Amino acid sequence: MKSIKILGTGCPKCKQISALVETVVNETGIEATIEKVEDIIEIMKYNVLSTPVIVIDEKIAIKGRVPSKTELTALLAVKKQ
Amino acid sequence: MFEWIERMADWIVFDLLGMKHGQHLAEALNFFIYDSVKILLLLFVVIFLMGIVNSYFPIEKVRNFLSRNKFYGLEYLMAALFGVVTPFCSCSSVPLFIGFVRGGIPLGVTFSFLITSPLVNEVAIGLFVGLFGIKITLIYVLSGVLLGTTAGIILSKFKLEQFLTAWTKEVIANAEREGEAFAEEKTPFKERLPIIWNEVINILKDVVLYVLVGIAIGGLMHGYIPEGFFEQYMGKDNLFAVPMATILAVPMYSNAAGTLPIVQVLVAKGIPLGTAIAFMMGVVGLSLPEAMLLKKVMTMKLIGIFFGVVTLCIIISGYLFNVIL
Repeated sequence: MKSIKILGTGCPKCKQISALVETVVNETGIEATIEKVEDIIEIMKYNVLSTPVIVIDEKIAIKGRVPSKTELTALLAVKKQ
Repeated sequence: MFEWIERMADWIVFDLLGMKHGQHLAEALNFFIYDSVKILLLLFVVIFLMGIVNSYFPIEKVRNFLSRNKFYGLEYLMAALFGVVTPFCSCSSVPLFIGFVRGGIPLGVTFSFLITSPLVNEVAIGLFVGLFGIKITLIYVLSGVLLGTTAGIILSKFKLEQFLTAWTKEVIANAEREGEAFAEEKTPFKERLPIIWNEVINILKDVVLYVLVGIAIGGLMHGYIPEGFFEQYMGKDNLFAVPMATILAVPMYSNAAGTLPIVQVLVAKGIPLGTAIAFMMGVVGLSLPEAMLLKKVMTMKLIGIFFGVVTLCIIISGYLFNVIL
């Protein structure tokens, strides 16, 4: 079971990235929990400078941009092993 | 340089669609095709170049650079210059602000960055080149940098730390000048390219509709507003024009993509360039949604001072341009 966290305060990009994560998780059938972190105090605990951020198993994978579907799929697949 | 676009537009309108020269609709359509293709092309080039720069100078690097080095007064200018090459999303302003002050970067310097970054962004630059040409674009970029630098220095003179929210004060108290070691990524260009490309496409997708609608509206206005129409109301001798335009622009949260093509027509019809640039800076640089986001880190009083100082600087630079240009 992987843990995926999406950090962002609810801007358009954050919504895009949430939708993308959900699609990829559903399509690949990866077992994962998806959590959206919108509280800025919580977000800043990850010491990031730009949002949205994707955190996979407590490691920052993507920050400040929306990845392509292929890139995200690859990220989730590699971390699986 | 753009003759081929002109030929293409001619071919589509007069050959492919079989419309006649001199027809009002045909000329308007021709103009629209030419303008759209040219502007989108330049927009693409600028966003792509900025994407490459940004890939090698990510925001983390900027933060560490500003926090570790001493510049003896030049740090405001440095922060403003970095603001130009860093793409900015207003939703990132809070993490950015906290990250900077946590790295021990002074408030004024942080403000310099926070002002310039949205003011001089890749979309605005691309549109400026397409609509006004290189010279005006350089003037806009330069004045954006100077404005960010000056406003940051002015803001540093107020004792602003007291107006931060309790949480932010706590963050500053625990500030670590070193910051965490930023692992330099030695990714080859070939691997960076797909990521840069993806960002370019994302940004273009976000703005393309606004640009086209803006150009279309601009084109319509071009046909119906008589030459020099605004000169009688908003000419250079009208001292209220600049502050009016600026104050009108600050609450507007329209993006540069939609507004710039319209502003270009207003300039063509007699609004002085300084007034128009002040308006643009108000639209692009300051917005109410951004103010609401900043409430997490600043008290309303500080947000008021911040917006007040920047608005004042915009008005002054508007007057300045009207005198110089």
